[in-house]
Amino acid sequence: MTKTKIARIFMYIFLTITSLISVFPLYWMLISATNKSIDVSRGTMLPGAALLDNWKSLLASTDLGRAMFNSFKYSIVLTLCALVICSLAGYGFEIYHDKGKDTVMSILLLGMMVPFVATLVPLFRMFSAVHLLNTTAAFILPTISTPFLIMMFRQSARSFPHDIIEAARIDGLNEIQIFFRMFFPTMRSTYAAAMTITFMNAWNNYLWPKVIMQDADSITMPMLVANLTEGYVTDYGVLMLAVLLCSLPTVIIFFLLQKSFAEGITGAVK
Amino acid sequence: MSQTTGSNKKKMSLEKRHNLTGWAFLTPATLMIAVMSFWPMIQAFFLSLQTGIGNKLSFAGLTNYIRMFQDKTFMQSLVNTFFYLIIQVPVMLILALMLASMLNNKDLRCKGIFRTAIFLPCATSLVSYAIIFRSLFGVDGFFNSVLIKMGILNTGYNFLNNATSAKIIIIVALVWRWTGYNMVFYLSGLQNIEYSVYEAAKIDGASPLQTFFKITVPLLKPTILLTAIMSTNGTLQLFDESMNLTKGGPAYATITMSHYIYEQTFKNVPKFGYAAAMSFLIFILVAILAFIQMKVGDKRD
Repeated sequence: MTKTKIARIFMYIFLTITSLISVFPLYWMLISATNKSIDVSRGTMLPGAALLDNWKSLLASTDLGRAMFNSFKYSIVLTLCALVICSLAGYGFEIYHDKGKDTVMSILLLGMMVPFVATLVPLFRMFSAVHLLNTTAAFILPTISTPFLIMMFRQSARSFPHDIIEAARIDGLNEIQIFFRMFFPTMRSTYAAAMTITFMNAWNNYLWPKVIMQDADSITMPMLVANLTEGYVTDYGVLMLAVLLCSLPTVIIFFLLQKSFAEGITGAVK
Repeated sequence: MSQTTGSNKKKMSLEKRHNLTGWAFLTPATLMIAVMSFWPMIQAFFLSLQTGIGNKLSFAGLTNYIRMFQDKTFMQSLVNTFFYLIIQVPVMLILALMLASMLNNKDLRCKGIFRTAIFLPCATSLVSYAIIFRSLFGVDGFFNSVLIKMGILNTGYNFLNNATSAKIIIIVALVWRWTGYNMVFYLSGLQNIEYSVYEAAKIDGASPLQTFFKITVPLLKPTILLTAIMSTNGTLQLFDESMNLTKGGPAYATITMSHYIYEQTFKNVPKFGYAAAMSFLIFILVAILAFIQMKVGDKRD
């Protein structure tokens, strides 16, 4: 009895420390965004009054609005396209599965092993040859379809009852209608999880946009943040405000969709 | 008689139509992966057999591959990447597994708070967290100011300018960013295990440690395999951290393969052929490691 009690106390201490370590750098980011650079260097742990000044100098030194707009535009377009294309494929692979389609699926899964950096040079040459550098198309096309997302939707389609499909067919719905009217509303949590993952990956993508977005007008938030560290002197307050603004959208999406995210992942891991 | 053949015919055509519908559903996604992933991979292979500057390339056989192993900086990046892989992946996965099995405990209070807190780092972008860690450990960063206040240091120590401490900071940062992510996969996997199994084990007098190794780990094996492959793949492709946390320095001591490939491709004179050869090596390494992990994962059955 006492042994289990000690184990329980140890567990709570362990979880508390881990949680604190997990949250601390983010807390520090938040605090730093409201302080002057000099106070950040002095190791302040309390909110300051420099938020507005940091905001003004961030706006003065960078094209924040443009980067925000671009990041939202690229990420939303990519997420919508990827969800439609990959969920159609996952549904197709599972509901109409036969030997041929299963073989194609296992070949696609090999694609998970292709490291992005290995395709970087040919992709860059491909997009510059067709004059698509600095465009939304260049941002979204390489990751519009991923084996991971297809697999996720295929797994969740496995739990979709065939009776519903049969009943819908008898009611005279065609296959595309069945997909959009039956599968889509039922699989909301899978879509939420897929959306969270795709949006986060799109928003956070750094290497590919860095390669293709050579125009100052097409930069993304992560690029803007990284550019701020290029100089010799770093203004920590301004930098952390930029980092905060860059993290905010993904954090908000995560909080909004947290519950369905966990459910969706559970469906996919099964 | 004719009616049955009629309906049979109709059924056949219906089946055929469904089959075709299936192909239509999966074609766009399949095509995109073929064009954006497999085709560039094949091109990378042919590119890797050529040398030259920019787009003026000529066939050179295996020159790039030989050159790669004589390139000290590339070998350094290879060693660095494997150093991160060997230390970070096991530490992170074991930690994630421990946390997940703790959070799976039904009597645990504040479960939601712990889970959210531990997952939160995953919501920050790779560039953001690399810069947060760079600032925390900078000469005039948070940790130095704390160490000075405590009287341990007199002036700020440049943690990122020492090869060993810079590498450790990268590993710490990686573990911080990704543990929660893997934990979510384990938590989901654990939900598929009936809780009564744990209660039965408890009644039989199994210690928490025994339960962990005899029930949790074997039943979670497919998920562990998945996360191990994903993490290995991710670590071999590490870029943002090297680029933004340490900038590859001091003097290439922390540079990763992807970062070095990026430098060779887009800095100074672009060496497309050489960069393709190096990236093809990463592909081979990823494939070999994934194959080994799958074999090991199968054997323990």
